[in-house]
Amino acid sequence: MKLHEHQAKDILSHYHVPIPRGEVARDSREVYAIAQKFGKPVAIKAQVLVGGRGKAGGVKLADNPDHAESRAREILGMDIKGLMVRKVLVEEALSIAQEFYMGITNDRTARRSVMMLSAMGGMDIEEVAHSTPEKIAKLHLDPNRPLADFQIRSLIYGANVPPRNWRDFVAIARSLHIIFTALDASLVEINPLVITGEGSVIAGDAKIVVDDNALYRQSGVSGFQEKADEDPLEQRAREKGLHYVRLSGNIGIIGNGAGLVMTTLDQVSQEGGAPANFLDVGGGAKSDVVKAALEIVSSDPHVEGIFVNIFGGITRCDDVANGIIQALSHLKLECPLVFRLSGTNEAEGKKILGEANLIPAASMQEGARRIVDLVKERTEPESIAAAPAYDVPAELY
Amino acid sequence: MAILVNRETRVVVQGITGKEGEFHTGQMLQYGTKVVAGVTPGKGGTTALGVPVYNTVKEAVAKGGANASVIFVPAPFAADAVLEAVDAGIKVIACITEGIPVHDMLKAVQAARENGVYLIGPNCPGIVTAGETKLGIMPGHIFSQGEVGLISRSGTLTYEVVNDLTLAGLGQTTCVGIGGDPIIGCTFTDILKLFVQDPQTKAVVLIGEIGGTDEQDAARFVRESQLPVVAFFAGRVAPEGKTMGHAGAIVGGKGETVAAKIEAFKQLGIPVADTIYEIKIHLWEVLNKRRAGALR
Repeated sequence: MKLHEHQAKDILSHYHVPIPRGEVARDSREVYAIAQKFGKPVAIKAQVLVGGRGKAGGVKLADNPDHAESRAREILGMDIKGLMVRKVLVEEALSIAQEFYMGITNDRTARRSVMMLSAMGGMDIEEVAHSTPEKIAKLHLDPNRPLADFQIRSLIYGANVPPRNWRDFVAIARSLHIIFTALDASLVEINPLVITGEGSVIAGDAKIVVDDNALYRQSGVSGFQEKADEDPLEQRAREKGLHYVRLSGNIGIIGNGAGLVMTTLDQVSQEGGAPANFLDVGGGAKSDVVKAALEIVSSDPHVEGIFVNIFGGITRCDDVANGIIQALSHLKLECPLVFRLSGTNEAEGKKILGEANLIPAASMQEGARRIVDLVKERTEPESIAAAPAYDVPAELY
Repeated sequence: MAILVNRETRVVVQGITGKEGEFHTGQMLQYGTKVVAGVTPGKGGTTALGVPVYNTVKEAVAKGGANASVIFVPAPFAADAVLEAVDAGIKVIACITEGIPVHDMLKAVQAARENGVYLIGPNCPGIVTAGETKLGIMPGHIFSQGEVGLISRSGTLTYEVVNDLTLAGLGQTTCVGIGGDPIIGCTFTDILKLFVQDPQTKAVVLIGEIGGTDEQDAARFVRESQLPVVAFFAGRVAPEGKTMGHAGAIVGGKGETVAAKIEAFKQLGIPVADTIYEIKIHLWEVLNKRRAGALR
């Protein structure tokens, strides 16, 4: 679960990391009032849970309250990567002398957490990582041993922090580590970590992502979740325990197991189709889960056809079939549905679906071909053999 | 032969009295797995499907002679179950449980590595040595004995591939599902090292996916070891995640995409199948090459 910048900063501040004075506003009048109260130039920052906010124009500076109000009007209601900006953080603008990057995340390959510090903070840290990785100092953390100050200092030396700020950096790194552990975080990041013109150290931006698997024991942050933060269909899916991601195509996909669903998407695109979504019903899905899956996929107005691809292990094909029948009893499906059932209780599942007006396929490949052809007949009846509707970057193949 | 487990392996099921644990214990027994003990704290002294249940893994080792474990314990307690198995001296652990907090796994994986334990998973389908034994949830009927090893990060996709191989007459030695979580016990390379030493395994199928860069490490190892490998990757058109922060990009970088993984394998001359149905075609080729080499 991702936290908003203002939420992450509240947490940092609670753990004694200096943050700029700031307040959250939901309309431009409030922004005016906050800027007037601060009596200084302010930064107005969109609070949306995606990266690249600055480059999308979601962060603006203003010299006075009037200016702040008009800037806020530009940002509020803006669409950033599909999410509408509903609130902004208004902060005192910082005088920046130097920008660092400091963060902790998990390194899959090392199978450990890693703390990172770089003197090249700011928006282009990814480019730094790519072209000059030696400019990012890294420290892998042993989960079973406490973190010692000398270890943190080794990072600080590696990142050329001015000596007069060493003590501040050690304290902030220590706080980040405590937050990372205490919140079951998969990411805690300050970028930029600013050394101001006056020589103090302060968090310019903050990002925290909490491990979803640990939310059951993180009641303090799970309350931060807001309805507006997600695509409505993705939200409905999550409430049903389904993993759903909306894509731009027109063929709805339902399958079991992330790897199989991804491969089904790949197969459909290789046959010239365009997947409308990723939907994994998970292992051992019962009929009610499958019913919910079909309801969600068919409620996407772009969907012109649906492909259900199940290889039963713990998941039983008869449970899947019953879920489909239950969904169809109250849904009026207006597009073709191709299903492929293999594995546990395959025969029972096929028998149940045999009575409905659906199209069986013997393999994933056949099913993918079938649904792509059927959707093409519906959407472009004149030219069935037209070019693929989905634009797959050539370098992928 | 094969790797990790065989028909002699004596298995303890941690979480045997739970719904999943009990169901899959039944399936494992049916496949021929020697399930010698179960562990559920508080239910010691009872039996499940005729298997004696103990309170601790230590007892399962002392009284049941267990030397491998499969874990079906619910997520909040599963990492502790791994630590208990490691402490009891078990050297092969398959952790099936999905949804374990990552911070718990960081500690459990560390303990496994420090003690020379092969921890498979978590969030994995387990291990099958075809015709001999299975630890986990893979459907037994799709396997057939042969000379192909398989390592995969995925569950159902593995069944799909195994099924296709079996239908094509390409039997298997051992199939290992290493799990889909960010922090896992054994990596591709850890398992490849075992396959290299197994005379029965003549070729290996490696099924990777988007995320992480373990596949690139594996590719370098394959190249060095000269092990015949065919790779397949899921997630060519996977959606770009709405990621936040830069840390992920700094750690994994552009290497996390399927395109980068395919490129890494092709550059080293390792065949990559474009669809799962092409895996068998590449396998026939590498197996033929290997046989021709052996004849020379």
